[in-house]
Amino acid sequence: MITRNHSRHLAAMRLKSLVRKEFLQIVRDPSSIAIAFLMPLFLLLLFGYGVSLDADHIPVAFVAEQPSGDTRDFEASLLGSHYFAIAPAPSMPEAEQAMREGKVDAIVRLRANFSERLRRSDGAPIQIIVNGVDANTARLTLGYLEGAWGNWLARRAASNGKDLTTPVQMEQRIWFNSEMKSRNFLVPGLVAIIMTLIGALLTALVMAREWERGTLEALLVTPVSMTEVLLGKIVAYFVLGTGGMLLTVGLAVGLFDVPLRGSFWLLWTCASLFLLAALGMGLTISTLARNQFVAGQIAIVGTFLPAFLLSGFIFDIDSMPTAVQAITHLVVARYFVSIVQTLFLAGDVWAIVLPNALALVLMALFFLGVTWRKSRKRLE
Amino acid sequence: MLNRILALIVKEFLALLKDPKSRSVLIGPPLIQLIVFGYAATYELKDIPYAIYNEDRGAVSRTLEAVFTGSPTFHRVATISAEKEIAPLIDSRQVLLVIHIGQRFSERLISGESTQVQAPLQVIIDGRNSNTAMVALNYVRSIVDQFNRQWMQERGQTALPAYLESRAWFNPNLESRWFFVPGIIGMLALIITILVTAMTVAREREQGTFDQLLVTPLRPGEIMLGKALPGFLIGMVQGTVILLIVTLWFRVPLLGSLPALYCGLALFLLSGVGIGLLISSLAVTQQQGLLGAFLFVVPAITLSGFATPIANMPPLVQAITRIDPLRYFMVILRKVFLEGAGFDILIDQFWPMALIGAGALALSSWLFRHRMY
Repeated sequence: MITRNHSRHLAAMRLKSLVRKEFLQIVRDPSSIAIAFLMPLFLLLLFGYGVSLDADHIPVAFVAEQPSGDTRDFEASLLGSHYFAIAPAPSMPEAEQAMREGKVDAIVRLRANFSERLRRSDGAPIQIIVNGVDANTARLTLGYLEGAWGNWLARRAASNGKDLTTPVQMEQRIWFNSEMKSRNFLVPGLVAIIMTLIGALLTALVMAREWERGTLEALLVTPVSMTEVLLGKIVAYFVLGTGGMLLTVGLAVGLFDVPLRGSFWLLWTCASLFLLAALGMGLTISTLARNQFVAGQIAIVGTFLPAFLLSGFIFDIDSMPTAVQAITHLVVARYFVSIVQTLFLAGDVWAIVLPNALALVLMALFFLGVTWRKSRKRLE
Repeated sequence: MLNRILALIVKEFLALLKDPKSRSVLIGPPLIQLIVFGYAATYELKDIPYAIYNEDRGAVSRTLEAVFTGSPTFHRVATISAEKEIAPLIDSRQVLLVIHIGQRFSERLISGESTQVQAPLQVIIDGRNSNTAMVALNYVRSIVDQFNRQWMQERGQTALPAYLESRAWFNPNLESRWFFVPGIIGMLALIITILVTAMTVAREREQGTFDQLLVTPLRPGEIMLGKALPGFLIGMVQGTVILLIVTLWFRVPLLGSLPALYCGLALFLLSGVGIGLLISSLAVTQQQGLLGAFLFVVPAITLSGFATPIANMPPLVQAITRIDPLRYFMVILRKVFLEGAGFDILIDQFWPMALIGAGALALSSWLFRHRMY
């Protein structure tokens, strides 16, 4: 009895000193500190300010081939919108040149007979040319121009004492993000990306370094077991990752004004599950690669880029080809992105949280299990 | 002197290629990324899941329902009959939007011909991803517009006094794949070049072989050149392979001047190699080298306009993007591929990259000498 207590006590002591060793290593190596604390801050600011899908002040060339009250009226309706920065152009060739040089993204052209045709029964065409290279912005620009056109028609009809009758009037209600701010969905997704970086990249590098330098073998000739070494790493980087998570969530709410409508504790729980899975990925990569260059490459290519592109962070998963959709199921960040976007903007929706959290648990178990098995085998 | 540099380059290539793991990292992952991201990166929506909530049941509302059912972009997953069924469907993301046709819709539409009574159609949409919501709303709006036009035409109502006649230059069908896929060339070329150059010196330092290099007759400038060229060559080869896949597999049109594109790629790789060497000369360990590479690559990609337009960023961030070489190469890639640009239009993109490359190389060679002696 006494010996068992004693050995348990020893094991706890060993684990404690291993965790202490990891922390010392983290604190004394400036690069680890950089990943754990400065990187989340840096990335959040970078993505928070650098990534936006809200187009504003789109440069548009306006060509009125024969200026009149009508063309000025239409121009005024464009000038009144903050979506456009209108640059009047004297003629079409000049507007086209501006478009080729990338100075404007769209051209609005009212032909010489605009006023005359406006009063004919078949109506006057308003020619719009957009630069289609950036298809998404082009589509947004077309949508905004349509809106400006609709407003102009309604105002014109009203000033003529008539009502503009459109048979079916569309009325839109946007839930969860009524102002349609892209930051509100991008910043929560960043929590997932930043935690992927801390969890997977940092652990992959640190562990690969120990393999490469042989310090892991040195540790193992002491009474500590492989499981304890792994546990020590997981505890240390789990604490670091949690710190990074709290920092990013705090900044998301405090600096970027993203509403947190769901429960903070639920977010914390899911984030912890995700962190375990990310740590597992990092450890798996380092155990398989055992070389910092390769581990770094795989960590970037296998965890960071998929978290960025295949998680639903920016691009809609349902619109990807079926084969790519199948691949996204292997991306751990996918499940967490879905959870954070919902917890931040919609609230505690169990139908979203539960299945995704379950997937996170399975992923965490899988990766930690692989590491445990592989690192045991590879030592012999 | 040439012989010595050549020998060093051969040695660098051997160091990279003799290790099967490093070798496979150079070839496999970039190709997989290109294919997967080429298909994943799109803002277009398809099979948008939606539900119909029709309180009207009149003939006209059936017609409108049929328009949505017949559209290939929409996919109906539910038909609901009560207001309270809306929230669970949207909350759990089973549907992106609910189309709500109110009571007396058909009646109001038919009687409202000359009066101002309009038949409202409510669209309730999940705004969690605002961009997806915006795109989906645009699709719904164009269906409704189409319906309205047809309705007015059938009833001989006067058309609107003005109508829009839109078209898109350079990418007539507005395929976002044409926008993203050429950009991937720049993204992948940057990652590989920076990684290879940032790690070379750090690896030698860590393993102690750098001192051995120093006692050879090689001069610092020659060592640097020997370290710089492999990254440049690997970037060139990889860029060419990806370029072929982009044109042959993804069938993105390559309309502009290929020499201009290669001139851009060379200047871009020059700046990449310069920055990689800068990181390398500052890093003492491989881990620091990797981290430095990462700390440069992530913002460089984010701020390059690869996924989101630079014009949407705040002015201060826009100013910062000017020191990002990838920003200029993105413009070159898209202008050459889609707009058919040549040297004349791209000159404003060439010189900043040359400047960044020259600056980074000068600084890193200064650092090399300083940290060596």
